[in-house]
Amino acid sequence: MQLEKFYYDNKIVKMFAYATIFWGIIGMLAGLWVAIDLYYPTANLGLPYTTFGRMRPVHTNAVIFAFVGNGIFMGVYYSLQRLCKARMFSDTLSKLHFWGWQLIIAFGALTLLSGYTTGKEYAELEWPLDIAIAVVWIIFGINMFGTIIKRRESHLYVAIWFYIATWVTVAMLHIVNSFEIPFSFIKSYSWYAGVQDALVQWWYGHNAVAFFLTTPYLGVMYYFLPKAANRPIYSYRLSIIHFWALIFLYIWAGPHHLLYTALPDWAQSLGTVFSIMLLLPSWGGMLNGLFTLRGAWDKVREDPVLKFMVVAVTCYGMATFEGPMLSLKNVNAISHFTDWTIAHVHIGALGWNGFLTFGVLYWLIPRIFNTPLYSKKLATTHFWIGTIGIVLYAVPLYWAGFTQALMWKQFTPDGHLKYQFLETVTHILPMYITRSIGGTLYLIGAFLMVYNLWKTVAAGQLVANEAAEAPALPKVIETHSKQYWHRWIEARPIQMLIFSLIAVAIGGIIEMVPTFLVKSNVPTIASVKPYTPLELQGRDIYVREGCYLCHSQMIRPFRDEVARYGEYSKAGEFVYDHPFQWGSKRTGPDLARIGGKYPDSWHFNHMLDPRSMSPGSIMPAYTWLFDNKIDTSLTPAKIRAMQTLGVPYPEGYDKQANKDLEAQAKSIKETLKKDKIDISSNAEIVALIAYLQRVGTDIKAQSTANNATAITNNNN
Amino acid sequence: MSVIIVLLIASISVAAIFLFAFLWSVKNGQYKDEISPPVRILFDDATPTVQQQPTEEKNTNE
Repeated sequence: MQLEKFYYDNKIVKMFAYATIFWGIIGMLAGLWVAIDLYYPTANLGLPYTTFGRMRPVHTNAVIFAFVGNGIFMGVYYSLQRLCKARMFSDTLSKLHFWGWQLIIAFGALTLLSGYTTGKEYAELEWPLDIAIAVVWIIFGINMFGTIIKRRESHLYVAIWFYIATWVTVAMLHIVNSFEIPFSFIKSYSWYAGVQDALVQWWYGHNAVAFFLTTPYLGVMYYFLPKAANRPIYSYRLSIIHFWALIFLYIWAGPHHLLYTALPDWAQSLGTVFSIMLLLPSWGGMLNGLFTLRGAWDKVREDPVLKFMVVAVTCYGMATFEGPMLSLKNVNAISHFTDWTIAHVHIGALGWNGFLTFGVLYWLIPRIFNTPLYSKKLATTHFWIGTIGIVLYAVPLYWAGFTQALMWKQFTPDGHLKYQFLETVTHILPMYITRSIGGTLYLIGAFLMVYNLWKTVAAGQLVANEAAEAPALPKVIETHSKQYWHRWIEARPIQMLIFSLIAVAIGGIIEMVPTFLVKSNVPTIASVKPYTPLELQGRDIYVREGCYLCHSQMIRPFRDEVARYGEYSKAGEFVYDHPFQWGSKRTGPDLARIGGKYPDSWHFNHMLDPRSMSPGSIMPAYTWLFDNKIDTSLTPAKIRAMQTLGVPYPEGYDKQANKDLEAQAKSIKETLKKDKIDISSNAEIVALIAYLQRVGTDIKAQSTANNATAITNNNN
Repeated sequence: MSVIIVLLIASISVAAIFLFAFLWSVKNGQYKDEISPPVRILFDDATPTVQQQPTEEKNTNE
């Protein structure tokens, strides 16, 4: 057999590695900042851009899509070339992929800080960036599948299976969850409303964890862990079984994020059942990783790379054990809306994703720069600081979450709630402080790595094109026709591209479906009416400032929640909510029944200085809402967009909307005047007050008899 | 809950892709050998010859 000579592209691996490190530091800094915001609210410097509600999406998006995202591409571009015994399909596509992704991240951060957000967690980026993500993802796909097709090794190693599943599923999730109708060149409304939006969002949100933070990293683990330990994976058969089981089960587990909400009960149960089953394939992967090191634990003692990987895989095992447990309804009743969830995801993010990334970087940088690592000792120090950081981060938050949930549910013997909401917050502030210390340690560790890798790079020289040799794939494998098809497409990249585009256009067909379905989104509670133009503007401000990141709008049917907040939430109340704003965390109290609870002046003073109305509150002041003017130029476009989505405003209402808006704003201004507050009627705070006073009030208009029928209707 | 139909269509089409991939992988003999693939990846860069070559790879057998 004739050997072919070719070169691996290490330059692109280097670029993704640098991007991983750079965005990792940025993402962690943002995380530390928002962690400090939680006990020191003025850490936002009084600026809108650096307030928790805007910085938190920057943190999550930077860590998930920038740090881990670039980490995935670094791992894929390095391992895929070697597993396929081929250079990447196209250097141009590699570069387009790299720069496209970095541009999306940079613009993403800027738009999020400026308040342009869809209001859907982990999918906050607005529609132009959503399109850009789809394009870059397709470029990545063409490059990856092109490489797979022109491979010189007929066997697809299990890591490649994980990469393929990642690509296919993320493409689908992103497209389905990003249906939105633009009303300006940068802002849009979610296509779905209320319960439907919640279901799609968490179907996406959960699978983003599954197919962005898990499957690609399992692929990376299956390549880099055996390489670092220099021994084959424990059981190749187990890896195959656990791959197929994992991708089959993961996609159905999303509803476990919506237990006890207004989501139909059968969907909740389905999510729970699949989540429990997920334990098996997840642990299959963890055990396969750990058993690979059997008889090689002496190496773990010596090698920081393996140390990082062992802790990463262990954290993966812990997080995937905890996940199914949190999906049990009785556990979820306690854990949901508390810091328990935050602790859980950080075991995954800091432990599994972070440590695996560090391990791969320490292993890979010296190889592509053809020089030993600058300091093993420093890497080991990084490992220990990081590990202590994770413990100091997670343990206080588990404690905080558990404590707070129990305090929420505590009643006095005579049947009253024992604690004010604020008491449960101030009680756990010491945990928040400890958590940020843990995060700081983790970040210090990352800085040690930057220094260590920088010295390594300085000592070596990049092997930009690494020579390799392999025989071509044998001409005849099994069926001749299949071989012919392969060969045909192999020599024709343009056709390949066209076929890929056709495959992707199927997404467009799926896109049509919701258009038809939106009509069936009939209001089930007669008294629930669309928002007035002013309330709609106020709601957009609520979304812009990221209020949903600390306040839920979903009262679960528990005694304590009904006693604290009011009547539990019904599905029919949210039919005009594009996007839904149920939230997933209660750093502050639930707002589903906030309407009419306090006078307008209370909201005014509370937004201006939260601590003047509730001493000890950790909410930041929103002073800019008092200076900013409501952008009424967009009102007609917003109304029209809502009409397209099926919200029953009267025909031609877009022309009249601003008149109604002004009238309502004037009446709020008058109410405030009675409390000796003087504010311009077109200040943003007026719109926000209008919205807050509306939330959850519609069903109060109903008689009890009506209410009972509505609940039955709703359960359908 | 009409959106469930969208999610089902999307999920099932992906499941179909995976099923196709699975059948292909079995037919193609991807799983016939469970011994050599995990070992083979350990040897791929046994002789890393350092060499600079700026141009894109040309496949000779096409």
